[in-house]
Amino acid sequence: MLRDLIRRPLVHRLVAALGTLLGVAVFVFVMLRAIPGDQITAGLGTEAAALTPAQRAALESYYGIDRPLPVQFFSWLGNLVTGNLGFSSRAQTSVLDLTAQSLPVTLELAVLSIVLALVIGIPLGMLSASRPNSPRDLVGQAIGLAGLSIPAFLLATTLLSVLAASFGWNPNGQGYARLTDGPLLNLQQMLLPSLVLGFGIAAPIMRTTRTAVLDVRSQDFVRTARAKGVPPRRLQVRHVLGNALVPILTMTGLQFGYLLGGAVVVEQIFSLPGIGRQVLLGIQQKEYAVVQSTVLIIALAFVVVNLLTDLLYRVIDPRVRAA
Amino acid sequence: MTDPTQTAALPPGGGRTAQRIRALVHSPSGVAGLVIVLALALLALVSAAGVLPHDAITQDPPARLQGPSAAHWFGTDQFGRDVFARTAAAVSNSMLISITAVALATVVGTVSGIAAGFYRRLPDAIISGVTNVLFAFPPLLLALSLASVLSRNWFTIAAAIALVYVPIFIRVTRGPVLSLREVDYVRAATATGQSRLAIMARHVLPNIMPIVIVQVTLSLSWAVLTEASLSFLGLGTPAPAASLGSMILDARTLVQIAPWTMLAPGALVVALVVGLNLLGDGLRDVLDPRSGDTK
Repeated sequence: MLRDLIRRPLVHRLVAALGTLLGVAVFVFVMLRAIPGDQITAGLGTEAAALTPAQRAALESYYGIDRPLPVQFFSWLGNLVTGNLGFSSRAQTSVLDLTAQSLPVTLELAVLSIVLALVIGIPLGMLSASRPNSPRDLVGQAIGLAGLSIPAFLLATTLLSVLAASFGWNPNGQGYARLTDGPLLNLQQMLLPSLVLGFGIAAPIMRTTRTAVLDVRSQDFVRTARAKGVPPRRLQVRHVLGNALVPILTMTGLQFGYLLGGAVVVEQIFSLPGIGRQVLLGIQQKEYAVVQSTVLIIALAFVVVNLLTDLLYRVIDPRVRAA
Repeated sequence: MTDPTQTAALPPGGGRTAQRIRALVHSPSGVAGLVIVLALALLALVSAAGVLPHDAITQDPPARLQGPSAAHWFGTDQFGRDVFARTAAAVSNSMLISITAVALATVVGTVSGIAAGFYRRLPDAIISGVTNVLFAFPPLLLALSLASVLSRNWFTIAAAIALVYVPIFIRVTRGPVLSLREVDYVRAATATGQSRLAIMARHVLPNIMPIVIVQVTLSLSWAVLTEASLSFLGLGTPAPAASLGSMILDARTLVQIAPWTMLAPGALVVALVVGLNLLGDGLRDVLDPRSGDTK
């Protein structure tokens, strides 16, 4: 009985997510077909004008772009499902291989950034909420506002130039070290990028924590717990923070989108070979097969994270299960 | 996911405008935000009117990389262009793009959100489906991909940013419209035979205006950040037009010898976003019924 209740919305969510992904695929496909000119012009540049009609027709049939759009779409989709994400002629490898190299970099960056953001954001939010409108609250809120308002690229550029120029410390100046090759160098290289992203995400987490904690603290059960003598620390952590977790979790899940977008900027500045850089390189080198598949993979990751956040609610908050 | 906007109590529309303005004036951060935004808007207007002593694009190679002076308040860049004039032009460019983007997103998103909430059934299914698809992209990535396939000018950049924010406006308006549909005076209006369009314009729209206004200010600050990030990545308005992001990109290699090239655009982009965020927070405290008790 209870299982049915959990399962039905789950199945519903999964079907909806699949539908969304199909829509995403259509959108990405249509968007890249809207490029002025086509892949041939984009790939060859001005040389494309020198092609004879026969050469052009041969290239069109080679790339398959002489076929009707729906046929092209379904053949692309079929390839995707069987793991063929296209080929990068510049890198001379398949997009699948490229992604297998770049995705772990971005995942590491994402995990470190979120951990840093939670470590900065939650205590700061609780500190602000502990005495609303006091100096400590104003300082907390000012840090939050700074996190929301300083663009990641500005913070990253400033940090990089100050540290490199004044302290000669620039771990990102040398080639990227994988976590498995040189863990120490890898963590040094990841420190600044994840601090920059983490600071940006800490701000909304801090604000949400502050609001949620103030909200929970005003409720009756907290007063009851205090009256029956629950120690203040246990009250703060178990009763107040425990109940404030749902909005904090929601906000953290929502920040994943910022994170994936910010990764493009930060990976570019710190020369990290992640998936954001893969998109940007694809755009700069006009390799639309790479852009198309990589954007789709990122959207897939985003949809999966949103789904997981939704499922986590059911674990954290029993009330959602019943709804 | 439960939608908090769906069950939110809606404030009675109109009649409280004066009270709200008074409340905004009494919120120091809201006033600070308003002052910053107005000052930067004035700077943008002055730049657009072309009355500044220097022009943002004219190069003057002998005068390159000069420090701040009476002639060049914020110094000059690597081509001898006046950094103050370029920063002012960049603020103007950033405001033009952000305001256009948010205006487009507001109109399209609010109209679609009202339609989805009011008609339900098929229109709702289609609009919500499109919303979910657009929400599946990380915002900056969507703007970036769109900007990469468009022939770039200020309007196409604005349109690319607008598409990112359309789903947000759909989502914040649809929920309240769903609950407004069941409110007595809307039912009464339906019963007296008013057309659906009239009901939406006269009874639904005014009631969701506070939510829309708050969303507009918050979206403006995101739009400024998005535009700056796009131009930093080389996907904004093409050179030689001044843009806050591309100025910071250029200053990256110059910052050791000419820190002023980074300082002016960096300080102004932060000031603009801080101003819009403060104004947005102030407006939300005044207008949004949900945030009333959390101050």
